[in-house]
Amino acid sequence: MMEWLLPIQNLLGTAWLPVWTAVKIMVIVGPLMGAVAYLTLAERKVIGWMQIRIGPNRVGPFGLLQPLADGVKLLMKEIIIPSGSNKFLFVIAPVMALMPALAAWAVVPFNAELVLADVNAGLLYILAMTSLGVYGVIIAGWASNSKYAFLGALRSAAQIVSYEIAMGFALVTVLMAAQSLNLGEIVRGQQGSYGMLNWYIIPLFPMFLIYLISGVAETNRAPFDVAEGESEIVAGFHVEYSGMAFALFFLGEYANMILVAFLTSIMFMGGWLSPVPFLPDSIVWMFAKVAFVLFLFLWFRATFPRYRYDQLMRLGWKVFIPITIIWVVVVGGWMQTPYWLW
Amino acid sequence: MSFFDVVFYLFATITVMAGMGVVVARNPVHAALFLVLAFCSAAGIWMLLEAEFLAITLVLVYVGAVMVLFLFVVMMLDINLVKLREGFWRWFPFGALLAGLMVFEMIWVLGSREIADVSSAVVHAADYSNTKELGRLIYTDYVYPFEIAAVILLVAMVAAIALTLRRRPGVKTQNIAEQVKAKKADRLRIVSMPSEPKV
Repeated sequence: MMEWLLPIQNLLGTAWLPVWTAVKIMVIVGPLMGAVAYLTLAERKVIGWMQIRIGPNRVGPFGLLQPLADGVKLLMKEIIIPSGSNKFLFVIAPVMALMPALAAWAVVPFNAELVLADVNAGLLYILAMTSLGVYGVIIAGWASNSKYAFLGALRSAAQIVSYEIAMGFALVTVLMAAQSLNLGEIVRGQQGSYGMLNWYIIPLFPMFLIYLISGVAETNRAPFDVAEGESEIVAGFHVEYSGMAFALFFLGEYANMILVAFLTSIMFMGGWLSPVPFLPDSIVWMFAKVAFVLFLFLWFRATFPRYRYDQLMRLGWKVFIPITIIWVVVVGGWMQTPYWLW
Repeated sequence: MSFFDVVFYLFATITVMAGMGVVVARNPVHAALFLVLAFCSAAGIWMLLEAEFLAITLVLVYVGAVMVLFLFVVMMLDINLVKLREGFWRWFPFGALLAGLMVFEMIWVLGSREIADVSSAVVHAADYSNTKELGRLIYTDYVYPFEIAAVILLVAMVAAIALTLRRRPGVKTQNIAEQVKAKKADRLRIVSMPSEPKV
């Protein structure tokens, strides 16, 4: 505990714990929202460069104020509630989409000390929270009372339920290797004197790929964005939304992307651990790995055409799930031999 | 009343209210969403009992997967609400009897002294891992019942798929393996021909 906080602690008495926790939540959510805003700019810039364009460069130097301009624009816009919609569910759906994307951050460790709730079943909690995100999409699609929105919701529900299984099995191998469900313990399990070679990405490389691809599918990002599919169903589940209600879906999607990037780096790339033994472990490594994974997300979007719906289902059920089940057995056997070095 | 009790009664009230909502709601989608709320608050109560594995699994499996598929189906139904309520009073005595029976059973079981003594919760240390303990029990003491239950579920799943599997003749489907194996030479013939002289 930091010394200078003690007077405040004494002043508040029993109210100290909730207040301090609220402060910690603010410290996580505030920068997260900032990161989401600038991730949108990074996305437009990176995709622009990949397509030999410039990207946004009018608002502020290098377009750095563009996210603020977008935010102000979305705040000023009218929220239109369709008269045929189910009003309560229509309004609550964006909240349902954003809520789990933020709640999952409670157990994410940033370095060895910085974590809001160091719970034993952290991995399970993350899986539970990310599986709730689909409700925002489904409720939005149904409450809009529109055909396009409804089709988007159905596609999204089927897709997320399918890819969640592969994702869960990929994480099962991680928790077998780490022998813990605690995210901090999982990172500490990858500590060793060989830097990068101690990370789980080496023995679990197929699982790393599957987790990353399932993460892209889980966040409804291109090339798995059939729930939006603007060339087929306009904008899918959020076609009827405008203004801040639409912005909440947007925030949820990008917060989920950052979450998946954090989880990938925690589970497979050693979290805050240094990739080389002679440099110290630090939170900087964590952010560098997250930035790398986020760059992959943007790269995928700029490179791949959208999956056709039936091929997407085939990839999830007939390719990923069998591979993950086989790899669970392989890792289980491997761990019984002396050749398991992790 | 301690903080623990306040939280318990809060969750219990929400669970009961949501349960009522499932039965009372006219719209089946609303009923399904009330069921989601009931599951979430029940998970909260289990969390209070330090059964964090069960609590999170309840959310993960029932809310995250089962109810999503439920909603999926319910949303696609075209339900005539008037027809649905037609037989209400005719079936009411039967439903009331069933409900009364269940209330009686629950009071009988939960109110008995043996159960009440067992349920006086044991508070564990902070490093106690419910997941680990549960896993240890399932894979040592109860390994045969657990494996048999798993096999029964697998058989049920295979049976369900086999029941719905029907082969319709004359359906055109893609053979993905064949598509992937296709080479350029199978589809494309490059003809080398001299350029024609200018007229």
